[in-house]
Amino acid sequence: MTDVLPTDREALVGPGADPLVIAGRTFESRLLLGTGGFSSHDALREALADSGAEVCTVALRRLDPSARGSILDVLQAASVQILPNTAGCYTARDAVLTARLAREAFSTDWVKLEVIGDDRTLLPDAPELLTAAEQLVQEGFVVLPYTTDDPILARRLQDIGCAAVMPLGSPIGSGMGILNSYNLAIMIERSDVPVILDAGVGTASDAALAMEFGCDAVLCASAISRAEDPAAMARAVRLGVEAGRLARRAGRIPRRRYARASTPEHGTPDLSQSSGEE
Amino acid sequence: MMRVIVNGERRELPPQATVSSVVALLADDGGRPPAVAGRGVAVAVDGEVVPRDEWSSTALDDGARVEVLAAIQGGAL
Repeated sequence: MTDVLPTDREALVGPGADPLVIAGRTFESRLLLGTGGFSSHDALREALADSGAEVCTVALRRLDPSARGSILDVLQAASVQILPNTAGCYTARDAVLTARLAREAFSTDWVKLEVIGDDRTLLPDAPELLTAAEQLVQEGFVVLPYTTDDPILARRLQDIGCAAVMPLGSPIGSGMGILNSYNLAIMIERSDVPVILDAGVGTASDAALAMEFGCDAVLCASAISRAEDPAAMARAVRLGVEAGRLARRAGRIPRRRYARASTPEHGTPDLSQSSGEE
Repeated sequence: MMRVIVNGERRELPPQATVSSVVALLADDGGRPPAVAGRGVAVAVDGEVVPRDEWSSTALDDGARVEVLAAIQGGAL
């Protein structure tokens, strides 16, 4: 997806110049915020404002009668789209049921589908993920699956009818960035749906790199929520995403093994000392 | 009285209790009006989703397992 850049500056960097489109819905921001890990609703509110995110994930858990204030208040006040996830599901059956419950709770067909293989790596369980994705697409959900960095699996998810694919850069919460940029590049090249980097971002440069590789968006949670100053990191990651996206569109120079002078050789003066010896 | 399991805890409810009764019960636990507890909440009974507009008409059987869920922070932890 090497777009031809518009010559008009406004069309390049102005408002609405480069929207993200998922399942026909348009977003200005290419940073999605995962809400896990914030110390309080206030911390989330501040970071959300600084992130500029228009989509936020939420999870479903047993209702705590003593809880005061809902995350929904924070998200609705910020007018962001709620993206329920199926965090904590290990089987297709549980994930499908959780998605149906989320549809009831939040009145949205969108679901970030997570089916995890084990609790140590939190890596996706590919067969269960495919089964759940297929079922949910059939039931009319807009499915955004959290997947491995395997381009073939991403292709299968796309063929099933998923609205985007959300590959990991590295395991959830690991902050290791993008471990297999080759796989990610292949996935991006072959994808007809948005590719959203979903896990592994540790700091702003990881997000910038993901966008430079050609990801359509980045979902970030821990890197922001567990930073010493979450709001400041939210802004940093936002700028990283914007910088990376623009750099991608601007078309970087190729890497080369040796130097290439940026100043022309033609017209270089001869400054050697004259010597009568020769 | 009949016994149902609500979010893993055994509770006693009057006969003919419905899903709405359970949601109201949890709201009462938290000292809140039932309407507040229903917002952003989803219910499963014995592993099946009960749509919101069927809460008041869905009677519970003795021994039913009721899960009442709500939104929390989460995602890409």
